[in-house]
Amino acid sequence: MTKVAMKVNGRQVSGEVEGRTLLVHFLRENLGLTGTHVGCDTTQCGACTIHMNGQAVKACTILAAQAEGTDIVTIEGIATGGELHPMQAAFKQHHGLQCGFCTPGMIMASIDIVNRHGSDLDEQTVRHELEGNICRCTGYHNIVKAVLAAAGAQEQRQAAE
Amino acid sequence: MGIEGIGASVLRKEDKRFITGKGRYTDDMVVPGMKHAVFVRSPYAHAKIVNIDTSEAEAMPGVIGILNGKQLTEDGIGNLICGWMVHSKDGSPMNMGAWRPLAQDTVRYVGDAVAIVVADTRAQARDAADLVNVEYEELPVVTGVEDALAEGAPQIHPEAKNNLIFDWVLGDEQATADAFSKAAHVVKMDIVNNRLVPNAMEPRAALGVYDAAEDHYTCWTTSQNPHVARLVMSAFYNVAPENKLRVIAPDVGGGFGSKIYIYPEEIVCLWASKRTGVPVKWNCDRTEAFLTDAHGRDHVTHAEMAFDADHHILGLKVETKANLGAYMSLFSSATPTYLYATLLSGQYNIPAIHANVKAIYTNTTPVDAYRGAGRPEATYVMERMMETAARQLGVSPPELRRKNFIRSFPHQTPVIMTYDTGDFEASLNAAMQAIDYAGFASRRAESESRGKKRGIGMSCYIEACGIAPSAAVGSLGAGVGLWESAEVRVNAVGTIEILTGSHSHGQGHETTFAQLVAERFGVGIDSVNIVHGDTDKVQMGMGTYGSRSGAVGMSAIVKALDKVEAKAKKIAAHLMEADEGDIVIENGELKVAGTDKTLPWFQMALAAYTAHNLPSGMEPGLKEGAFYDPSNFTFPAGCYICEVEVDPDTGKTEILNFVAADDFGNIINPMIVEGQVHGGLAQGIGQALLEGCHYDPQTGQLITASYMDYTMPRADDLPSFQISHQTTPCPGNPLGIKGCGEAGAIGSPPAVINAITDAIGTNGLSMPASPQKVWAALHNA
Repeated sequence: MTKVAMKVNGRQVSGEVEGRTLLVHFLRENLGLTGTHVGCDTTQCGACTIHMNGQAVKACTILAAQAEGTDIVTIEGIATGGELHPMQAAFKQHHGLQCGFCTPGMIMASIDIVNRHGSDLDEQTVRHELEGNICRCTGYHNIVKAVLAAAGAQEQRQAAE
Repeated sequence: MGIEGIGASVLRKEDKRFITGKGRYTDDMVVPGMKHAVFVRSPYAHAKIVNIDTSEAEAMPGVIGILNGKQLTEDGIGNLICGWMVHSKDGSPMNMGAWRPLAQDTVRYVGDAVAIVVADTRAQARDAADLVNVEYEELPVVTGVEDALAEGAPQIHPEAKNNLIFDWVLGDEQATADAFSKAAHVVKMDIVNNRLVPNAMEPRAALGVYDAAEDHYTCWTTSQNPHVARLVMSAFYNVAPENKLRVIAPDVGGGFGSKIYIYPEEIVCLWASKRTGVPVKWNCDRTEAFLTDAHGRDHVTHAEMAFDADHHILGLKVETKANLGAYMSLFSSATPTYLYATLLSGQYNIPAIHANVKAIYTNTTPVDAYRGAGRPEATYVMERMMETAARQLGVSPPELRRKNFIRSFPHQTPVIMTYDTGDFEASLNAAMQAIDYAGFASRRAESESRGKKRGIGMSCYIEACGIAPSAAVGSLGAGVGLWESAEVRVNAVGTIEILTGSHSHGQGHETTFAQLVAERFGVGIDSVNIVHGDTDKVQMGMGTYGSRSGAVGMSAIVKALDKVEAKAKKIAAHLMEADEGDIVIENGELKVAGTDKTLPWFQMALAAYTAHNLPSGMEPGLKEGAFYDPSNFTFPAGCYICEVEVDPDTGKTEILNFVAADDFGNIINPMIVEGQVHGGLAQGIGQALLEGCHYDPQTGQLITASYMDYTMPRADDLPSFQISHQTTPCPGNPLGIKGCGEAGAIGSPPAVINAITDAIGTNGLSMPASPQKVWAALHNA
């Protein structure tokens, strides 16, 4: 067993893990942060997407030990002061989710897309950049709408901060 | 309609927990002392089990127990069942082989469960499972329907000679032969409907907890119908009597049919919990899901359609071979028969139809209902035939359809169904206008100028939802009734709980069902809670599949609301000293019509519970239940048109535009309905362009067992969709609802293939229409 320590959603955490423990399992099982989901075993579906040091990462593709000392943000950590993140609000506003299972990963990946592209985003870019996240319910139509809508809102919030 | 009532695009109440990571799925559940299970599965598609040696595995750290099929049999756990009896044309019952939850003597597909390993952690269970030494004696394998029926083919179950489960017919063979004898034109096609893997994003999971002190079992499971799971596990698998078994389906991450069935894993986890004395959780990984979730479709069909000289359809003959895999899953017999051949009249007047369906065992994963279940297969046959007929007859595809549309209702088809209402032309016109059908020729010319091939194709589908009238399905072989139940509990402060036997796994019931109450009583949807998915809370229900939650589930709620309203009016009339017939309910108040007398809803509710001043003889409280059994199926219908551009150099197809014009009857929440259509279209387009399940015919290995190999539709594979609704209210249920959950997946595949074949000018193209296949078809044309 190895001891790992990292910051998760602004809080310093640590735990004992096996060398082979994936970050997603550390988050889900050691920390009880079950919003990050496991939908596949080949790094294809993106349901486990989190942010590590400000970048979107698939938490099934990194060992917990590799996350030592990093700053992790999960779906549970993006709403601030009880207020939804603009991407969360946009997914609700545009009906960008149905069963909700892919949703945390979709939202985390989408925030990263907007962080990198800002309000220059167009539909084609969103569709291309979301190819690492699979949704079986929505046909992506409303997810794309939500991301484009949030791109404006997210940029406004960052400007204000 | 109020702002939260019927017809309003109300944002979903359930969203907050999902967008904040607070959804509670089965694998999120943790109970004290919980241990983890991994299944040992057959690596062979067909083999005898000679010996199972667990000695090495049992010595591994953390291992609590390893159990196999012999012990399961010793404990009297029953075989998995098929819930629908189908008879062959000679009157004999279907030839069903035994399906043990853990295979004891023979394995019949890759993934067949052989043993369960329970250990402290999932990783330890997996390590130990790898060391369970199962000695197999390999047997010959067959994966395709033609090979399975051939003389000398490997025999998969002793009960089914030549692997034939049933040889079933529907319709009038002589009348159909007579119609063909008068035909001026006959169109013939061989049509394959490709096998699909449902791929709900949440993998299946089960948590079985046996409480020895109470002799009671609890099962958390990824189910679309927890009550049916409890019934079947109790009545057939002998896990426990119903009063000793609680089944909970919490948040469920998509189903699409694949979570209807009661699989070996949940039965074995419950049983293993008693055997080992610890709570046992199993969570499927994705490869395991590919191997063991019931697959969909997999039909091989020959169809012939007879026309008179004026292009009216005279008759239809269909012969289908349906691959049911290695075992008969719960609804597997109904899917290629009563959910398929009964829709072979499509939207058309067809005087005579004859269908023959052979169901066949193969050494592959069991096949059962997947989004649409039989109706996509029927629609694909009909709409490929109609488009091909139009091409062969030299008439325009929409005009051939118009000429043959059913226009008066009710309409009795030659294949059981009585269509209650519809306006097929309205949807056709709306779709043609939306896609600018008239302008297609100039767009095609523009594509040609760039060296691209543009095509347009349509599909006019009809399907049967709202399953189903219990007596009718009982007479056709169903083992259960297909009604739904509801209970409405008005609390003393006026808030309301709706208990429903429907189950939401993405459909938004917590919002739409609350909208019904808002419409009825004028109370806000925030004061209405929907309770579902727990057999301890909701007495009984049949669950969600076949687009039945609106037409059947909501109708049960309406019946219960009727009873609540009647009692509420009696109480209000008594308190306001008015005539019961003069009471109206508006905006959360009970009013005496024509006066200024009002009673707030919550005061009426409080009066029901204080019982200080109720009408003489009235029981206190305000809680009413209802069971609703539909009088007929419902018949959603519509027209989908797809426009594509094919790159002749690469064979790659791009969908330029896709329009959907649907008649779902009355709509509760347009936003949610459109979301259902989007998702259905994505699955149908996925089937047409991307998804295909492949087995190695020699070994029976599933070649497409991961997202690396099975092409799921991604965001950049799909266009945005244009959707419209035409409405003919369903006369068969109180809300006029038809159902919308499956239409997209049913109607879209033929529209896509009709468009591509139009673009490339050849009709020989199978799904999925990969660039390689399209290129080959184009260059062989």
